[in-house]
Amino acid sequence: MKRLVNLSPSRPAALLFGLIPLLLVLGLYIGGSNARLAENPNDKLLPSFAQMGAAIDRMALQPSKRTGEYLFWKDTQSSLIRLGLGIGIAALIGLFIGLLTGGLPVVNASLSPLLTVISLVPPLALLPILFIVFGLDELSKVVLIVVGVAPFIARDLQKHTMELPRELLVKAQTLGANSMQILVRVLLPQIMPRLIDAVRLSLGTGWLFLIAAEAIASTDGLGYRIFLVRRYLAMDVIIPYVAWITLLAFLLDYALARLSRALYPWHYKEG
Amino acid sequence: MKRLVLVLVLSLLVPSTYARDSFKVAWSIYVGWMPWGYAADQGIVKKWADKYDIDIEVVQINDYIESINQYTAGGFDACVMTNMDALTIPAAGGVDSTALIVGDFSNGNDGVILKGKDSLKDIAGQKVNLVELSVSHYLLARGLESVGLKESDLTVVNTSDADMVAAYATDDVTAVVTWNPLLSEIEAMPRSNKVFDSSEIPGEIIDMLVINSETLAANPKLAKALVGAWYETMAVMSGQDEAGAAARTAMGAASGTDLAGYEAQLASTKMFFQAKDAVEFTNSAALKETMKSVAEFSFDHGLLGEGAPDAGFIGIETPSGIYGNPGSVKLRFNPEYMQLAADDKL
Repeated sequence: MKRLVNLSPSRPAALLFGLIPLLLVLGLYIGGSNARLAENPNDKLLPSFAQMGAAIDRMALQPSKRTGEYLFWKDTQSSLIRLGLGIGIAALIGLFIGLLTGGLPVVNASLSPLLTVISLVPPLALLPILFIVFGLDELSKVVLIVVGVAPFIARDLQKHTMELPRELLVKAQTLGANSMQILVRVLLPQIMPRLIDAVRLSLGTGWLFLIAAEAIASTDGLGYRIFLVRRYLAMDVIIPYVAWITLLAFLLDYALARLSRALYPWHYKEG
Repeated sequence: MKRLVLVLVLSLLVPSTYARDSFKVAWSIYVGWMPWGYAADQGIVKKWADKYDIDIEVVQINDYIESINQYTAGGFDACVMTNMDALTIPAAGGVDSTALIVGDFSNGNDGVILKGKDSLKDIAGQKVNLVELSVSHYLLARGLESVGLKESDLTVVNTSDADMVAAYATDDVTAVVTWNPLLSEIEAMPRSNKVFDSSEIPGEIIDMLVINSETLAANPKLAKALVGAWYETMAVMSGQDEAGAAARTAMGAASGTDLAGYEAQLASTKMFFQAKDAVEFTNSAALKETMKSVAEFSFDHGLLGEGAPDAGFIGIETPSGIYGNPGSVKLRFNPEYMQLAADDKL
């Protein structure tokens, strides 16, 4: 008899199995929404898809009555700029520190304990200090993401740099490479795909800090809008925004994965 | 099987409103609502619930808006909130709600503070940090009206109340609108001037206990027990004797301050310690005017929903008449139970 552990579904069956839970959740939502709306047509907790469609139309396709801006796109643009800057700067800092601490034992000895401590501090708890040092504008939002994400990337790269085969370094040295050349020509290319992986993994955290920063003090952004309309329980706006954030996060992750494969195909070769 | 699960889930999601004997009431920390915590701790609520042979669970929610959202979604039978939030959250969400107890109005508890400037007119062109769409926003709108400015003359920055004090400590923030205890903390900082406060619009920011109208109609016992417990607590806390001071000390400690701090907040709050004062306030024609002004502000800011054609879209019933559409009354001021307390008939 075939054991369960060896039983794998065919492709169409796998697709079907994957869809069932999603459809079940969707069905439960529609059922719940209909039941609540039948009870109270103005219910805001579980809006129907028509109500959410109307909200998307209002937010994304028509200019706001008060400012004349397309709020949805304005929010998306502001948030993506903050997230991009935050993650980008965090990646650079993380790469720099990770490479140096992983590659140079002297730097490692002096920076590693500090890095470990910093990576364990919850940045949200230190918000008042961030505000006073960096102000309340765009800078502090970007800094929050950087502080939240950079230590993780740095530690991840440090670990991977230290795990690279020692033979590579020995070989480079017998060929006459100096420390600088080893760092830039041997270690750096080796950890670039790792950097992209680390960025992919830290995107979730990045979104979390972005939304937290926007909830605290802001005039636009996806997180700002969600926390603002929550004041009058406008789930018809919140649910599409959450779906949109999920989609954006997925697309970013997918794009980074493709980028990594395109730039560093050797990293994905087997054996 | 799937059907059964569906039915089970639905029955959890759909609030039920027929006669019951156990109820849940939500409250959050604010000077005028601290008596609820005290009444629950001291067994006053239990005593009144027992008298009417029901169970009342009093739950403290740390997030004010979340408590109203939970109430609106059907998770609680009653909840404390301001008149504006009662209109824009449950009433606009189609949940017919009744202001059962009008507890107090803000008489200086909400204010506008400018850094280095001493006139409200100077706010023009500044960035103003406040909790957008809250009573602070309403207060600002009323203040701007009084000096002939418009909201478009300044930039509103939505700022979480939890971070307001820290935000004000930075150089970027030069104007805030907030409430106590944050207000007094910010006012105490250097170069801060309070240029407008709610004592200039007395009776417009009202704190009350709101109950689901259908639950109220089906369970008058609940209303009687709540009102009874409230006015017993009022009698204790307003006393100038040792018991009164002990009650105020306990409420102060529960709200993170001490007796002196709590009494300072009470001084800028017009508490209706006597049921008859609350009844008189509810019956006054001014209440209808206030609700008109709140409804207009809410409509201008899109809080009555996108389907609302005008500020009177949601009817508001007050003892002096209905404001707005009488066909869709969703918020009611009902002094009936407070009157029972005033007449000592509970």
